[in-house]
Amino acid sequence: MKEAYDVIVIGAGVVGSAIARELSRYQLKTAVLEKNLDVCNETSGRNSAVVHGGFAYDEGTLKARFCVAGNQMMEQLSSELDFPFIRCGKVLVGNTDEDMKQLERTMAQGAKNGATGLELIDEERLHQLVPAVVGKFAMWSKTSGILDPFLFTVGLAENAHANGVSFFFDHQVTGISREPAGSDSSDFHYILHTAHGDFRTRWVVNAAGLGCKAISDMLGITGYRVVGSKGNYIILKKQMGALLPMPVYPVPSNTYMGIHVTPTVDGNVTVGPDADLVDDFSYYGVPQKNMDALAESASNLWPHIHKEDQIRNFSGILPKWVDENGVIQDFKIEVKDDIAPRAVNLVGIESPGLTGAVPIAQYAVGLIKEREALEENPDFNPIRKGITRFAACTREEQAKLIAENPDYSDIICQCEEITRAEILAAIHNPLGVSTMTGIKYRTRAMMGGCQSGFCQMKIEQLLEQELGKSETEICYSRKGSWILSGKLREEPSV
Amino acid sequence: MENKDVVIIGGGPAGLAAALELYKKGIHDIIILERENHLGGILRQCIHDGFGLSRFGKSLSGPEYAQAFIDEIEKNHIPYLTNATVLELTNDKQIYAMTREGLKLYQAKAVVLAMGCRERSRGALGIPGERPSGVFTAGTAQAYMNLYNRMPAKEVVILGSGDIGMIMARRLTLEGAHVQAVFEIMPHPSGLPRNIIQCLEDYDIPLYLSHTVTDIHGDSRLTGVTISQVDEHLKPIPGTEKEYTCDTLILSVGLIPDNLLSTDAGVTLDPHTKGAYVDEHFQTNIPGVFAAGNVLHVHDLVDFVSLEAEALADSAASYIRDGALPPCSLPIKTGNGVGHAIPQRISGTKDFKLSLRVRSHYRDCRILLRQNGEVIATKKMKKAIPAEMIQFTVKSEAIQEHGELEVSVE
Repeated sequence: MKEAYDVIVIGAGVVGSAIARELSRYQLKTAVLEKNLDVCNETSGRNSAVVHGGFAYDEGTLKARFCVAGNQMMEQLSSELDFPFIRCGKVLVGNTDEDMKQLERTMAQGAKNGATGLELIDEERLHQLVPAVVGKFAMWSKTSGILDPFLFTVGLAENAHANGVSFFFDHQVTGISREPAGSDSSDFHYILHTAHGDFRTRWVVNAAGLGCKAISDMLGITGYRVVGSKGNYIILKKQMGALLPMPVYPVPSNTYMGIHVTPTVDGNVTVGPDADLVDDFSYYGVPQKNMDALAESASNLWPHIHKEDQIRNFSGILPKWVDENGVIQDFKIEVKDDIAPRAVNLVGIESPGLTGAVPIAQYAVGLIKEREALEENPDFNPIRKGITRFAACTREEQAKLIAENPDYSDIICQCEEITRAEILAAIHNPLGVSTMTGIKYRTRAMMGGCQSGFCQMKIEQLLEQELGKSETEICYSRKGSWILSGKLREEPSV
Repeated sequence: MENKDVVIIGGGPAGLAAALELYKKGIHDIIILERENHLGGILRQCIHDGFGLSRFGKSLSGPEYAQAFIDEIEKNHIPYLTNATVLELTNDKQIYAMTREGLKLYQAKAVVLAMGCRERSRGALGIPGERPSGVFTAGTAQAYMNLYNRMPAKEVVILGSGDIGMIMARRLTLEGAHVQAVFEIMPHPSGLPRNIIQCLEDYDIPLYLSHTVTDIHGDSRLTGVTISQVDEHLKPIPGTEKEYTCDTLILSVGLIPDNLLSTDAGVTLDPHTKGAYVDEHFQTNIPGVFAAGNVLHVHDLVDFVSLEAEALADSAASYIRDGALPPCSLPIKTGNGVGHAIPQRISGTKDFKLSLRVRSHYRDCRILLRQNGEVIATKKMKKAIPAEMIQFTVKSEAIQEHGELEVSVE
């Protein structure tokens, strides 16, 4: 049996990490159990990375409420947690009378939701904002933005960790049971079972994302129907972002935003997503036909999508809670005091879960506070400092960095100009993540044009040396994703 | 800021040959900037032989070929910096370089672009499927094995019959991996005939033409790939899918000149070569900025890289001395059957060497250079294949003062 906790959060996606951080504001012994080897390996890291305005959701829903609230606090979060966020705005581009009616409805819905900065603009204004876009008019959402979803999640998790939360990776919860606590026969602890042992806790938070139904069932809260909406994306090379100042969307339907083109905070462009309903929540393969259709569809909005500029593709799956008719429901965030007391159950946290992560977390922790007095943590520090990104510095700042730390003069990833100092900082990350993608998400190394062709060997070597691991222990991303099968020849011991 | 006659970006075969030749021509105020911790470039990991047959008349390994140049560099005390990454080249020939001594700024009279090329990645190809570990470009696998003593594979499938892919088929086999097959999307091999014999046939590794990877399986390490036949438009033929169980997919699917620095400086690129537009002096559209080797166009043999860089050095030396080079106003276009040609502009007043690649296989053909419709040079060939670069010298007497040139194969 592992130590006993006050709260255990299941899932280290953006919502689980945000909940962990909110919990760390109080005097609670908190842990996060994550089945993957790093944070945000599923839905949180596989999306458009857009900070939404809040106009796309029905009035009165948690989705609308948390989206607007999350949008408004993003500058503060970005400065506290040191992750890139750009309030660049976005446009929803239309051509037909029907499009215009839909945009007017969207505007009205946005106003009811409290979304600000919405304006209908004509073709001329649209082309001033995004020169190459194809469309006759648009709804401009000035408060929309983009962020780095990896560093947002890493920031939340590292800050939670710095404030006392323990993170356990490779810890998939395989079952939940109950154990009597003390002399009162009605009182009990939850026991969370994992392959690495059991965890005892008074409170459980189900922030398992795609696994929300499985965990909900384990808690005894049955009956939820969760479907996967899989979206595929193409990534264009870094130079393309200069041609796209803000995300360009088609006119949305009520349930689907449509295939769009989005600049990333680093200057790439993502194209997507489509939306295929899937049962298998672990298959992230990108089919050829989807890639072809993405490029064709998005080219109707923005004409700069060319095969030679593509550097990668990926997909993500949104867990959608649906009713018996398949109609998509709101977020569900609940404590079922009768069935599973002291269990905060989050179901169907899909888009806008990234934008709304912190308000969702505040709400979830609020459910605990309604049931139990929480003592504030007097040592809570909301500030987390990330890794200083050499390539983003001015020449003067770069010279200063090198003077302070010579490792800044050794560039490991040539495409993205990522230095040894940054790689070392990422290898020694506070959460103890040791995968190649862990380094990638924290530094951008291997994300450039050569897609790790020149630098992955150097990064692999540094992981071995710095962590004292053998080459066969280094994983690319998931458990079992070995890179090397051994040495060619025995090396003389040093 | 340091002033230099010539700053050479890249210490591989092109940069080394250019430096030595410049030195011989009396240009001594040179610096080679090499981003790795050794001179030699990609040759360092090419431990197979077959280098230097044209240049030295004998077969050398990659490191031996590089060392022949490095020895000369050392002997002549030609300055170079390793672990020196150029961050920026400006259009007025200022170079920001990150070095072990910190950030350096050079003002060059002439710049030699000798950055070489990089491999096309899976993402650039847009191969569908999952993203497990175990998908490597051939050069990355080669570096793991030959520079880092690390084995990246057990059961291997290779996509692309490029030379590095075939050489890695042999190398992996020799180190105990099992290479099941090499698949090539084109109806003809993309690498050299000698490598097909020495690296595949000698090891009983089958080569399947007109086949490609249409799916990749595995959510952690690669578990297998789907291979399909392709039609004459290179589109996969439904119903021809076959599954191969493997833990490693090696990609040898083409090389791309590494011109990130060049384009940021304003150097115009040829969409065919993905290298700079150059004149017969190997000068780009920016006066005093020269390019040679694989950063200009991908070569088949390193010997030709060295020779091209030496020709560049000739021109660069003249440029340093005279401050300018004769104008080159006659464009050379590619016609029937020719993929690309270097140079893209000539003066017409001096002999020049034309380098080109054909698009497909030809037998008993002629390479024709026309100007204003008239044939001004011909090269007869028993066989012309895309894998081999074709070069011949064009005499200035034949060239007229005006009118664009076109090279084609018939």
